[in-house]
Parts: sequence; structure tokens; C-alpha cells
Amino acid sequence: MPLTWWDPEWDPFREFEQLRRRMDRLLEEELGLRPWWTGVYPPVNISEDADHVYVRAELPGVKPEDLDIQIQDRSLILRGEKKIPAAEKGVNYHRREREAGYFRRVVRLPRPVDPDKVEARCQDGVLTITLAKPEELKPRKIAVKTA
Amino acid sequence: MTDKELTPKVKAEAPAKGERVRPGRVFLPAVDIYETPEALVLVADMPGVSGERVTLDLKDSLLIIQGEIAPPLGPGETLLRQEYSTGDYYREFQLGELIDKSRIEATMNDGVLTLVLPKVERAKPRKIEVKAG
Repeated sequence: MPLTWWDPEWDPFREFEQLRRRMDRLLEEELGLRPWWTGVYPPVNISEDADHVYVRAELPGVKPEDLDIQIQDRSLILRGEKKIPAAEKGVNYHRREREAGYFRRVVRLPRPVDPDKVEARCQDGVLTITLAKPEELKPRKIAVKTA
Repeated sequence: MTDKELTPKVKAEAPAKGERVRPGRVFLPAVDIYETPEALVLVADMPGVSGERVTLDLKDSLLIIQGEIAPPLGPGETLLRQEYSTGDYYREFQLGELIDKSRIEATMNDGVLTLVLPKVERAKPRKIEVKAG
């Protein structure tokens, strides 16, 4: 087979795209944005704004009634079960990648919160827990006086 | 209660397909596909995607599923800790069966897409008579 420098399968645009992705990943790792790995389900993302701390988890197919959320001081406890309804008997599977099972996790909150002001909401398979920061932790605007 | 404990999985990234207009990463949704005598059923986990933001495309035997997520953070929020990545979903399937496009049913519930793809009734085998000449 003659050796040619031009591979008809070679797609320069795809190469660029792959390079861009590798750069993204490198930046993520360098800047410490690499996702944390705890080995416990479900993984959570935690964010904040001036008044609240938000804990989110992707729980597709988990019904609110199958979730049990508790707060103890600065520990948020997430328990629940993902159920996959059994298909009728006569079916045959081509692929089975989704998993059913239970989970129990404790998340240490990065900020103190008011345990009486916690709200949980499930939308499109994403659980969002909104926790209010205690009054003394909310940022206060300081007026600058002229001399 | 099921006795299996769930373990976290890293989301698989979808292979690059040209250049995307929408920024961000794209992942492959986890799917179950099963077959009944009448239909092919596909169930895909796409958390963060609402019903209006799912696109389905079936051309010949190539099925493309796409889902766009709602913004993962509210306005003014900063991330303190990230354990999972967020992004849109994309996956292609080559279907072995002929599908009756007019009867496809799609539902989105709690971030789970269920697609029922009814099979086209196969032409029944015909017996061919050989006439004596």
C-alpha cells in the first residue's frame, strides 16, 4: 500500500476541537477547578451568593417522595432511592446503562447556615437545596463617609 | 427497597462533532434500550433538561438525541465546590429496525427521556408459485 501524507479520514477541524478540549481540561486542572472525587453518590455542586448556600445534585428519575434530606449543624444528609420501573416480561435489552439503587451521603457545608431556613426542590431531575446564611454572615454594605 | 448502593460515575463526554455554537461541554446520556415485539424503547437520563429543550431527529436509521440544560447556577452565584460537570447531552444510535415515524412517542419526566419507537410492520413472507411452463 502506498504511503500518502494525506489521510482521507483525517479531519483537521476535529483535531482542533480535540485540542481545544484538552486545553480546557488542562486549564481546569491547573486552576484547581477539577471536580472533587469523593466516591459517594450523589456528587454535589455547592455554590453561594450573598444570602444563600446552594447544594445541587443530579438525580434523574428520583421522585421527591423517595428523598430524605436532613440537616444537623453543618452536615447535610442526603438519603434516597432511585427506582427504575421493571419493563414487561417479554422484552429484551440492547443496552442497560442506567442503575437503580439507594444512596446515603453526608455533605459538610462550607459555610454555617440557619437550619430553620432550608428549602429543597426537584426540577427536571436536579435537586437544589437552598440554605440561608445566618444574619451575621451576610455581607453588609459599609457606607464611606466623607471627612 | 433495592439492595444495591449507587456509586458515582464520571460523565462520559460526547465525541466532538464539528463546531458547536453553544458553549460548554457535551456529555453522553446513560441509556437503557429494550425491545418489545411492537416497539423499541429508549430511556435516557438527562438531568437538567426540560421537555421543551429536547431535540429528536430520525433520518433513515440514524437517531439523534439532544438535550440542552438550563443554566446550572442562578444569577450572582459562585461555585465553591464542584463534584460533577454540567453540560448538554448528545447521542446517536443506528437503529436496526424500521420505525414508524408517525407514531413515535416521547416523554420527559424528572430529567428522564422515554422514547417509544414503534416498529413498522414487516412485509409478510410471500410464497411464490412456480408455474410449469
